[in-house]
Amino acid sequence: MATVFFIVVAFMIATYVVLDGFDLGVGALHRILGRTDPERDEATSLIGPIWDGNEVWLIAGGGVLFLAFPKAYAAAFSGLYFGLILVLWLLIGRGLGIEMRHQIDHPLWRAAWDTVFWLSSAALAFVFGVALGNVVRGVPLGPDGYFHLTLFHILNWYALMIGLFGLVVLSAHGAHFLAWRATAPLANRARSWARGLWCGEVLLILGCAWPTYSVRSTMVTSFGDHPWRLVFPILALGALAAEFAWQRAGRWSRAFLASCAFIVGLLTTMAAGLYPYILPAHEHRPYGLTVDNAATGHHALAVAIVWWSIAIALAIVYFTVVYRLFFRQRPARA
Amino acid sequence: MSSHVTVDRLQFALTVTFHYLFPILTMGLALFLAYLKSVAYLGGEHRRLALLRKTAEERETYDRAADFWAKVFAVNFAVGVVTGVVMEFQFGTNWAQFSNFSGGVIGQTLAMEGTFAFFAESAFIGAFIAGRQRLGPRMHWIAALMVFTGSWVSGFFIIVTNAWMQHPVAYVIHGGRAQLQSFWGLLGNPWVFWQYAHNMSGAVITGAFVLAGLGALYTLLGRHPEFSRICLTAGVVGALIFSTLQIFPTGDQHARRVARYQPSAFAAMEGLFPTARGAPLVIIGNPDTQRRRLESSIEMPHFLSFLTSHRWNATVKGLNDIPTSQWPDSVPLVYYAYHIMVGLGTILWVMALIGVLLLWRGRLFRSRRMMWALLLAWPFTYIANIAGWTVAETGRQPWIAFHLQRTAAGASPPGSVPAGTGIFSLLGFMGLYLLILILYVVLTLRIVARGPQEGGPPAETAPPRVATTAS
Ligand code: HDD
Ligand code: HEM
Ligand code: HEM
Repeated sequence: MATVFFIVVAFMIATYVVLDGFDLGVGALHRILGRTDPERDEATSLIGPIWDGNEVWLIAGGGVLFLAFPKAYAAAFSGLYFGLILVLWLLIGRGLGIEMRHQIDHPLWRAAWDTVFWLSSAALAFVFGVALGNVVRGVPLGPDGYFHLTLFHILNWYALMIGLFGLVVLSAHGAHFLAWRATAPLANRARSWARGLWCGEVLLILGCAWPTYSVRSTMVTSFGDHPWRLVFPILALGALAAEFAWQRAGRWSRAFLASCAFIVGLLTTMAAGLYPYILPAHEHRPYGLTVDNAATGHHALAVAIVWWSIAIALAIVYFTVVYRLFFRQRPARA
Repeated sequence: MSSHVTVDRLQFALTVTFHYLFPILTMGLALFLAYLKSVAYLGGEHRRLALLRKTAEERETYDRAADFWAKVFAVNFAVGVVTGVVMEFQFGTNWAQFSNFSGGVIGQTLAMEGTFAFFAESAFIGAFIAGRQRLGPRMHWIAALMVFTGSWVSGFFIIVTNAWMQHPVAYVIHGGRAQLQSFWGLLGNPWVFWQYAHNMSGAVITGAFVLAGLGALYTLLGRHPEFSRICLTAGVVGALIFSTLQIFPTGDQHARRVARYQPSAFAAMEGLFPTARGAPLVIIGNPDTQRRRLESSIEMPHFLSFLTSHRWNATVKGLNDIPTSQWPDSVPLVYYAYHIMVGLGTILWVMALIGVLLLWRGRLFRSRRMMWALLLAWPFTYIANIAGWTVAETGRQPWIAFHLQRTAAGASPPGSVPAGTGIFSLLGFMGLYLLILILYVVLTLRIVARGPQEGGPPAETAPPRVATTAS
């Protein structure tokens, strides 16, 4: 049962990153791609009605983590206190940025909020990467199940590298979204960025492989022990190839889907490499939190899987209705 | 109490109080938005129900009124969202030991709030704000109803969570952690029903007085007469219905739950030191915890016993019979907050009653004095709501989960979150929230200054250029 919830949490986080990822990516490229006010207006209008719904996947995912693995939730959130508070402030900044810009019709006002939106989105993409990097690397959990990392230690070299990776992947994701949905000048610029960022993704995958092996060798060896888990990295690499092919073919909606699949592949690869750990200690140290020692009682999980399935089915209906409402008309062709 | 716990408590109190300022209006206004949209959509000239018997023009006015309040709603909602996310994460960041201890139980309802309520709410608010032109009248009406449902369902789950902290039920302790024993027992906590009813009714009171207050402002300024009539009428009628419910039965019943399950909190609320048969109800008085008595009080003999158990000579437990280690940290705070809430509740009820009487005699819209009173009343509904929560949360002390875990034992261990770290984030939140508050006030005042759209051709038919949640 605990394993089922490991999958549920991984599913919700992956959905969050895929959905909110393109909002964040659009934000991270906002002031770079949108050269004029109408262009920036177009970019924000495209994600305006849906960003909040996308963010709910993070809230709900956090809630399910809290429910299923309270011990891991407590340890990670208090141990990474600075990181979490920073995420909160950036989420506030991002939310205000996108909601405030339309409120007052004045160039200075809009420029200011555009900048807030841009910087906080880019920083969020980076900080999420840093957080994942720290989880993969492991944290100094003590026997009481808690730990403390200062800001300086949160920003270790491995985590910074994964942070950069996160920024590049989400920016590429956002660029694909704009390449697909936006109109002429903005879309063209997004397309050339999407191509460039694709190269960045490839370079960073190559660059991160060895360091990942060196901080946590099971991230690689677990695939040897359980060959079926290789479907996840294969999905990631296949999606990356497909992204390239569809970029060349100019099929941007498909390239965007490939980017979604790429993100899912990356995150599931990570989850598969970590399993059964949900919050590992540093390599070769005891006290790591696994799905079994961090999970709550069986009854709670058995009940939760029932209502969770109903709630997610409903959520998928809402999202389909709303996305169809806003993405019904084809974007004007460039 | 160690300093890191104090900092955690201050930060939680600040952020949750600030957050709650916005859901009050979201939930209160959502009901009125659903009402306005329903009259506009379902109304017709030959309807049986008098409420719905409206001409096409009247319905258009209702729709315009809903459009206007949707703008206020959107700004309010956006602030509620950005401050709400902070709340959920703080369970882990600042109350790690409490989360570890109780996550298996209250995680249920917090996660349900996210998956059942927030998904619905956030998906449909975008659609609702995008407007009638884009959705068509039917879909727009449905979106309004969904937003209303979503916000009330999210209020429900958060209350179930809080009710468990006030009165833990349906758990077993296993391996040092609380684990869920019965799901329906958790949702059916005897604390939940009346707390939810009382709390939601409190939010509707705020919504009603805000509606009436704006109607009064425009009436005094001589602007937007039709819009003002709709707001004033719905406002005072709603205010009377819900401020009556607020006192009886919901306030009365909720108080009895407190008396039964949290005698220490109840004694502090009433400022009752000696245990008494036929306890008096204190109207005015100052609790003195040193000398353990009430200073300069005015009392109604036997009333307290009657209110708690409907028997004039029932015994009510006083603070003297409770060890001081189990007293709320600040008895005066609980006492004053409670009396502020009840006092304001009485005053608001009287105002609503006068408003409805004037409406009935057809003099409401001409009474300048009443307009001034309504214009100034709405901030007090916020004060009453916050005072009520202060009673609930400080009355529960020194427990984070009543009689199960002490607040000091629920905080994050000082090894992971030392006091200095907490002070840093607390200062950050203070600065950020001040900025948010200023933005909120400025934007809302702009909306009020522009006023609702009147007569003339309907709003632009092209999809609006801007389409964010709060445009
Ligand atoms: C407009 C707001 C408002 C008004 C006028 C009142 N209340 Fe209230 N009250 C609330 C808003 C509120 C609240 C914010 O909704 C609380 C805080 C926690 C909760 O669930 O509801 C609350 C809590 C609360 C509690 C529980 C405290 C605890 O949990 O320890 C009691 C006993 C009462 N109320 C009783 C009353 C009575 C007898 C009133 C008579 C006039 C009254 N309230 C008016
Ligand atoms: C919106 C209304 C609320 C207000 C105004 C409010 C207010 C407060 C205040 C003033 C404190 C500090 C108490 C003290 O330290 O003496 C506090 C603490 C706390 N409240 Fe609330 N609260 C609200 C709702 C909730 C809800 C719904 C929950 C749970 C779901 C909750 C959970 C907590 C926790 C965990 C603490 C910290 C531990 C403690 O001091 O007991 N609060 N709240
Ligand atoms: C510690 C307690 C609380 C937590 C953890 C919490 C959590 C949240 C979160 C995460 C959101 C954002 C949802 C989104 O992105 O759409 C939110 C908004 C909301 N919350 Fe809270 N909240 C708390 C207290 C309360 C209380 C006491 C109420 C009311 C009874 C309430 C009612 C709402 C409502 C109706 C919304 C919708 C947005 C809005 O009203 O502006 N919350 N809350």
